[in-house]
Amino acid sequence: MEDDAPVIYGLEFQIHIIDFDDENNIISKNVLLHQVGEIWHISASPADRGVLATCYNRTADSKVLTCAAVWRMPAELEPGGHESPEDAASPAHALELLCHLDHAARGSTACVVWEPAGPGGRVVSLADNHVLLWDLQESGSRAALASSASLEGKGQLKFTTGRWSPHHNCTQVATANDTAVRGWDTRTMSQIYCIENAHGQLVRDLDFNPNKQYYLASCGDDCRVKFWDTRNVSEPVKTLEEHSHWVWSVRYNHSHDQLVLTGSSDSRVVLSNMVSISSEPFGHLADDDDLSDQEERRPEEKSQEPPQDSVIATYEEHEDSVYAVDWSSADPWLFASLSYDGRLVINRVPRALKYHILL
Amino acid sequence: MKNDFRKMEDEMDRLATNMAVITEFSARISATLQDRHERITKLAGVHALLRKLQFLFELPSRLTKCVELGAYGQAVRYQGRARAVLQQYQHLPSFRAIQDDCQVITARLAQQLRQRFREGGSGAPEQAECVELLLALGEPAEELCEEFLAHARGRLEEELRSLEAELGPSPPAPDVLEFTDHGGSGFVSGLCQVAAAYQELFAAQGPAGAEKLAAFARELGSRYFALVERRLAQEQGGGDNSLLVRALDRFHRRLRAPGALLAAAGLAEAATEIVERVARERLGHHLQGLQAAFLGCLTDVRQALAAPRMAGKEGPGLAELLANVASSILSHIKASLASVHLFTAKEVSFSNKPYFRGEFCSQGVREGLIVGFIRSMCQTAQSFCDSPGEKGGATPPALLLLLSRLCLDYETATISYILTLTDEQFLVQDQSPVTPVSTLCAEARETARRLLTHYVKVQGLVISQMLRKSVETRDWLSTLEPRNVRAVMKRVVEDTTAIDVQVGLLYEEGVRKAQSSDSSKRTFSVYSSSRQQGRYAPSYTPSAPMDTNLLSNIQKLFSERIDVFSPVEFNKVSVLTGIIKISLKTLLECVRLRTFGRFGLQQVQVDCHFLQLYLWRFVADEELVHLLLDEVVASAALRCPDPVPMEPSVVEVICERG
Repeated sequence: MEDDAPVIYGLEFQIHIIDFDDENNIISKNVLLHQVGEIWHISASPADRGVLATCYNRTADSKVLTCAAVWRMPAELEPGGHESPEDAASPAHALELLCHLDHAARGSTACVVWEPAGPGGRVVSLADNHVLLWDLQESGSRAALASSASLEGKGQLKFTTGRWSPHHNCTQVATANDTAVRGWDTRTMSQIYCIENAHGQLVRDLDFNPNKQYYLASCGDDCRVKFWDTRNVSEPVKTLEEHSHWVWSVRYNHSHDQLVLTGSSDSRVVLSNMVSISSEPFGHLADDDDLSDQEERRPEEKSQEPPQDSVIATYEEHEDSVYAVDWSSADPWLFASLSYDGRLVINRVPRALKYHILL
Repeated sequence: MKNDFRKMEDEMDRLATNMAVITEFSARISATLQDRHERITKLAGVHALLRKLQFLFELPSRLTKCVELGAYGQAVRYQGRARAVLQQYQHLPSFRAIQDDCQVITARLAQQLRQRFREGGSGAPEQAECVELLLALGEPAEELCEEFLAHARGRLEEELRSLEAELGPSPPAPDVLEFTDHGGSGFVSGLCQVAAAYQELFAAQGPAGAEKLAAFARELGSRYFALVERRLAQEQGGGDNSLLVRALDRFHRRLRAPGALLAAAGLAEAATEIVERVARERLGHHLQGLQAAFLGCLTDVRQALAAPRMAGKEGPGLAELLANVASSILSHIKASLASVHLFTAKEVSFSNKPYFRGEFCSQGVREGLIVGFIRSMCQTAQSFCDSPGEKGGATPPALLLLLSRLCLDYETATISYILTLTDEQFLVQDQSPVTPVSTLCAEARETARRLLTHYVKVQGLVISQMLRKSVETRDWLSTLEPRNVRAVMKRVVEDTTAIDVQVGLLYEEGVRKAQSSDSSKRTFSVYSSSRQQGRYAPSYTPSAPMDTNLLSNIQKLFSERIDVFSPVEFNKVSVLTGIIKISLKTLLECVRLRTFGRFGLQQVQVDCHFLQLYLWRFVADEELVHLLLDEVVASAALRCPDPVPMEPSVVEVICERG
């Protein structure tokens, strides 16, 4: 897991790699310098642990441009490495630039998303109103533009965020611009679906349900989180209104998709249990082998109500707006949240719920 | 005296001998007359017998003459007298012949009687007579019952038909009162007569006869009721119940008489049921009327709010509109209560039926009408909160404010007033559960709270959009040195003032924290004092930035965390605080997303100072505004690669000028 603290100290822009040792509850930190500009978006390659892509601001001629580039971390700092943790005074390491993802039109790149599966050679970047699909060749040192699509329409359309769907053989990408969410097919770069007015105001983040193919979650400035079935985009399947200000990020748990994490600028992180729209709405069903044993128990089980959607917990450790939340890819019960004041909080799912879901 | 006694003795002796002589003479007379006496007796007997025989021989012709003359009663009497004798001597051929003749004639007589009976043009007493005679003739009673009833049915059905004709579309349909009068006088009184006559005539028939009558009455009665119900169902419109109640009263009253006569037919119960059903329908009708009136009021308010102000003439203020709405609803409720009260007036015949005394008052009026209306009012008001138009285009915010104040007033005073009024007028006499006043008040308060919250959201959104656009569309890197406050900030202050005035029309001021004397003159002392290092000079050593960040974090720990959306109280200051919190938070988030040049930062400084000068007086706790605005400027400073804040005195000058 890595996080960055967009703290501007003069012209120093840094990426902090934070190692969280689960058993001993120790946190150690390594610092990487990213001198080309202020980082606005960072994403790691799912295939290669040491590769990451950033979108950064570059100030040139009193204009701010957001560019995108792919980097490699120094090998000894790759996460999961068993190096002994350095102390805080270790010198900052440098990132090795692999390639730039620059579009000819010099638009502002809003974000870069990696292909979730496969050899990790493809990325999609969203620049202004273009969706750009890149092929990374020669282990990432060169990026060739494979295909692109544009959003036509009145006014200045600008993509704000995007996400690559892990289903359908990784051929779908969802993007958000203003209040609409669109789905694109990367093979043809055409629009598949469009959810107009997904939120009353700006859509801030998207996430796909890792277990259910057509489900998508979006959150926005209307303080709501909405869950959509992309086959029927006229109405959200579910709406959550737990926050009192803009919701900046929404994340599904990678394995148990009933756990949904949201972070908002009202300084709260909310963990919700969306059982009714998860892939296991009724919990574990009885196996066929156990049928004979459980004959008598069947009627009582059937009469039980399916567990209701609920808020599991609200985490209020932050003092300022929470801008990012994410789940650990190593331990499905661990998650982290980052707020404006640079505070990174790592939390666990409550044990009772964990055992309830597992058993 | 001795002489007297001697004379008396002599006289007594003479008397005795005279008596003996008289006795002897009398015996001699009777002996001689004895013979004659017997002969005369015999003659008298024979004479009587002969007279009887003469009667019998003349009977057929006499009967025929009677039948021709129509003196049926006499004929029947003759027949009655002769029957037994004829029966006894029918073995004698001559008597047999007479009997046969008589029978023929009697049959003809009966037939004629029946004919008369069937024709029926004659009135009931004559019919009763016919029936009597027929009974005396020995006709089987069940047949007569049937015929009698069939005949009565024919008459009553004609009545029903005429009633039905009144229901038809042919104009002009008479009003309900006339209808029930007609029905009552025609059908019901006819039924009464039939029932009375039947019971008199066929009283001897016992329970079987009574059963037939009951069945007859039930059937015809049900048809009558069906017609009455149809007519009543046509009585849809109008809030005025008086005519309807009178008609129902008449209807019910008329059916008391046959109800008593024909207890088994259940006519009275059926009538009561009809009246109950009509009453229930009327209640539902009134409820709908109240709801429509409420929606009408709301539409009027919306029109008044949307109407363009004519020059020089102020439109109706919010307080006035609110008063209008409240009074109009109250008057509608009172009118409905008054018109429904007619159902329970003392003069009305059904008003002391158990339904009307109990269930009607508690369940029908109190629960169904009043409580139902209040609940539907709350729901309608709440539906404004859920309207899909996120931009608030559908519902004018003033309407939200008005409705929330209305619900609040209802909770504090009006609900209990209305329910007390209802309870006074309709004395509840049964034990069915009723909604207590507190529940309704709680619901109304909840509605008011939701509406007010929504109002705050909507207004906050309007201002936030302005601020957001102002930050996002400006080029902060290449902006020039600020000379005045940006127009959008002035607009924000104006809008906030307007909202303050609007809310102030309906809500009380609320409590604010005591202001320090120099609040309006506050400068960025917080901004500069929290960074104890003085000017925020760019520094490359790692320690200094850490310190300032640490300081600001520590400061945040000790100051209260600002809850952007805390529950809104029912006063003006709380509402304004909510709106300003939302707007300033938006400004903060937008500022954190841009990069500022030096002059951009200074412009933000100037804008924030201006806002602080004017917004502090709207909020409950002015520290809040200071904190948020300081945070805005601090975030802007963090976003600036070259932060050189303006001198506070210059900032003040610009703001005062702007």
